[in-house]
Amino acid sequence: MSIISAENITIRRGNRTALDNVSMAIATREIVTVVGPNGSGKTTLLRALIGSEPLTKGRIHRMPDLRIGYVPQGLRLDPALPITVSRFLSLPRRHDTGTIGDALRQSGADGLETRPLSQLSGGQLQRVLLARALLGRPQLLLLDEPTTGLDQPGSAAFYRRIEDLRHEIGCAVLLVSHELHVVMSASDRVICLNGHVCCQGRPDAVASAPEYRALFGTGTGGALALYRHDHDHSHDHPPH
Amino acid sequence: MLDDFLTRAVLAGIGTALVAAPLGCFVVWRRMAYFSDATSHSAMLGIAIAVALQINPAWGALATALAIAIALTVLSGRTIASDTVLGVFAHGALAAGIIAATLLPGRRIDLEALLFGDILTVSQSDLAVIWAGAALVLLFFALRWNAILTATLDPDLARASGLHPEREQMGLTLALAVVVAISIEVIGVLLIGALLIIPAAAARPLVKTPEHMVLGAFGIGLASIIGGLQIAAAQNLPAGPSIVCTALACFMLTAVFVRR
Repeated sequence: MSIISAENITIRRGNRTALDNVSMAIATREIVTVVGPNGSGKTTLLRALIGSEPLTKGRIHRMPDLRIGYVPQGLRLDPALPITVSRFLSLPRRHDTGTIGDALRQSGADGLETRPLSQLSGGQLQRVLLARALLGRPQLLLLDEPTTGLDQPGSAAFYRRIEDLRHEIGCAVLLVSHELHVVMSASDRVICLNGHVCCQGRPDAVASAPEYRALFGTGTGGALALYRHDHDHSHDHPPH
Repeated sequence: MLDDFLTRAVLAGIGTALVAAPLGCFVVWRRMAYFSDATSHSAMLGIAIAVALQINPAWGALATALAIAIALTVLSGRTIASDTVLGVFAHGALAAGIIAATLLPGRRIDLEALLFGDILTVSQSDLAVIWAGAALVLLFFALRWNAILTATLDPDLARASGLHPEREQMGLTLALAVVVAISIEVIGVLLIGALLIIPAAAARPLVKTPEHMVLGAFGIGLASIIGGLQIAAAQNLPAGPSIVCTALACFMLTAVFVRR
């Protein structure tokens, strides 16, 4: 049964079409990865799912009272707004220090409670955002380019953490990535997006799909394949 | 006790500082300085109209502040309108208001009191209006604090948590209009913006959490109002500008001496 689905959604901004007739659904406990080049509408799709993008056409169906944990690409923090990590984690609902400590540990950000949010590194902020999403006991975790700014071992560790979390708290995961060959091996399904859904299916099926090859296979001499994080991490990184 | 004009002035000052602190922090965090200027300057026009119609000036100020603030919020859609548009409104509303006030027959408006405030002439009924408005605004902040703060940090995070950032924005807009209406007597339309942003900015280097910044802004705002009043009384200076200069001194002190 799907907990959230988009039904033929089209999103136009001015005369630019960000998403064209996109349909997709996520089932309970499913891990879905959306891959696509820059400007392919991945972030727009995520924002549409949380209700931040007005739809030109189509509908979003959400299970009633669905708890969503949203992890954006980053925060544009105004330096005039002072806030510590633990205060940030208590927004919009208060949590006691024990719960906050647990969430930070689960996200690999333990001990950051009293640090000002503005002084975190990119990777630390990413993990704090994940901790905040976990505090809402999400049934669906939405991650926008979660490994931006992480090196390859860092990305692999992050993906492994997400996989563990799915087992621990039983949430579904939708994550978006432009690192076309670094897709979680744990993905149940990969959706290849470029304004519209090019193809979707199991990771290995998508990797060999002609649509995927047409979109991402150029410039790499056909060497491109889905990178599995449980393989050799020193694997040569083909240029984008 | 309320017979003493100085007591009334201090009570008016406390009421104003209480609401200026949380609102001022949001004005600073959300970069609404020009927005608050446009709203407060527009009150000038409302007061002139109210006097011409022989109704209470506070209602005129509230009505125009509300109209302008809502119009700007709606016109700017999801994003805050550009600095330029807000600047046009801020200065345009002020100029139109001054002309309207001057055109009133018999000079029924004390222009200087309107522009710079006249806290020493606060009446008991003024005091009632100030504290009623302050209570309303404080109640709003008490109920919506976490929601507005989340929406200020990131509207998308707020929406994913089931909040409605545009409603919080509208709530802030209404709170701003009320604060403008009740602060005119204390500080005047020209300097309301200063009372909002200077204490908040002065508190920033001293604190690590949003709540402490509000407390700091309240303390500095209150100290500026009371200190400024005393300086004004002792040196026979206009009260509003004396209050703002005291706040400015606090700002420079924390900016220079507090290392972050």
